[in-house]
Amino acid sequence: MISESPQFHRLAERSGEQLVITVDNRDVAVRQGDLIITAVLLHQKAIRRFEFGDGFRAGYCLMAACQDCWVSLGDGRRVRACDTIVEPGMEVRTGIFNANGKTENC
Amino acid sequence: MLAKIVIVGAGPAGIRAAEVLAGAGLQPVVLDEARQPGGQIYRQPPPGAERDAFTLYGSEAGKARNIHAAFGRLGKSVDYRPDTLVWNCSSNALNILHKGRQGIVPYDRLLIATGAFDRVIPFPGWTLPGVFTLGGAQIALKAQGVSIGKRVALIGAGPLLPLVASQYLEAGADVAAVLDVTPFGAKIRALRGMLAVPEYARRGLSLLLKLKKFGVPTAYDVRAIEVTGNWHVDGLKWRDGAGRWHRIACDAVAASFGLKPEMQLADLAGCATYFDEATRQWLPSLQAGGRSSVPDVYLAGDCAAIGGADVAELTGKRAAYSVLRDLGIGFAADELKGIETTLARHTRLRKALDAAYPFPTHLIDAMSDSLTLCRCEGVTVGELRASYVKTSAPDVNRLKAFTRVGMGRCQGRVCGAMAAEILAGQSGASLPDVGRLRGQHPIKPIPMVV
Repeated sequence: MISESPQFHRLAERSGEQLVITVDNRDVAVRQGDLIITAVLLHQKAIRRFEFGDGFRAGYCLMAACQDCWVSLGDGRRVRACDTIVEPGMEVRTGIFNANGKTENC
Repeated sequence: MLAKIVIVGAGPAGIRAAEVLAGAGLQPVVLDEARQPGGQIYRQPPPGAERDAFTLYGSEAGKARNIHAAFGRLGKSVDYRPDTLVWNCSSNALNILHKGRQGIVPYDRLLIATGAFDRVIPFPGWTLPGVFTLGGAQIALKAQGVSIGKRVALIGAGPLLPLVASQYLEAGADVAAVLDVTPFGAKIRALRGMLAVPEYARRGLSLLLKLKKFGVPTAYDVRAIEVTGNWHVDGLKWRDGAGRWHRIACDAVAASFGLKPEMQLADLAGCATYFDEATRQWLPSLQAGGRSSVPDVYLAGDCAAIGGADVAELTGKRAAYSVLRDLGIGFAADELKGIETTLARHTRLRKALDAAYPFPTHLIDAMSDSLTLCRCEGVTVGELRASYVKTSAPDVNRLKAFTRVGMGRCQGRVCGAMAAEILAGQSGASLPDVGRLRGQHPIKPIPMVV
């Protein structure tokens, strides 16, 4: 399932303070120093819908070159998830989920 | 008045250039898209995610520490501006974006050190969530301490492949396979040339031994790859040199096929380029001392020619010395002589590496009509071929106008070279004749303020 199992896995324990942000209105525990793409993909397998066809995307280059990981934030900003660091209370909107909080067929 | 010198990029090349210029009392401006100096190779984790240098950089920890310390020592003798995107260059001025505000930075001399990006070749399934570039897989580990998946397959055609593989294994990741799409024999034949820099040859050998020690399935001369999965990666199929298909269960794939210079900014600055037959890609035309074809623009590091981090430190210094010389500022020439000697050895090494990892054109020949070529806009290989049949577009910029390939958010960074390959294949024209996508500003997306 795109929505329920993680894509990324932490290999290194580190000290950063624990924070809570929301991803599509769900509370998600993250660490200070996490990038948005890390925060999202530690909890699900995609970061946005592909806007010109079926399917989802989860970023690609992680170095701000490919532009595959743009997401919306609650404050109206649109940012690249791979070079934006989480802040307490940040609201990330991936557009993956429908009104019932589900992704369809996947 | 002092000449205003602007360096773009704070990786090993930009930092060493800044050091030389600051040493001459010129207080260069250093514009860095990242928040902390180091570039991608010596990228530092954000505050809160710090780990010790050895865990982050392995055998390169000493060099990473030196680079970070060197830049730290410069203090106020450089005007460092992190989190600053340069998105255009015209009339001796750069357009920048910093924290949502735009600005203009004029220069007398511009030193471009914008690094490199993975070379991408599309294959079935490459746009599925869970497929990343090798560089991306490395960043995930280095900057965040995460693996891109629970069970990861790594595919490549360059020295980055065994490096990322060994870093993932050392960090405790489950590596399903390491697949090199170039033949093993090519490495054996290139061994002599690699000895031009013995330290490098030793490091390469120790990486291969490490993969063996961990017992990871490794294959060379991989002829075809196909990622499977409906909504995300659930496996990988690959064909070996004998024509047999193999299947691997994995939930992530990292694949890319060498590096290419990030030269959009050099392009906008007017720097001439040429098609390098040996590596099958466009490179900036370089003159002595890292000078570009434009009198006040200098190039250093991987954006000038792919050479890796050690070469970047040297070409960064060399370009800075050229700036000093062109400004008529004297300096002790001893160090520069040493740099040129070392660079000559690295040039021999690079030739050997290019021969050890020939660009895998068989993967280009395998691209079918249904394959997505432009991942931003969803343009398929078939659409490009059909467009040529209909329009006879003679070069890749015309093809872009007809199909939108390269017009998406990445500005053709990912797909441009492959669009040219498809056009050349369809039209029978040579790659130099088909050309390359011209740089367009903004070179990265910027907010539109109405």
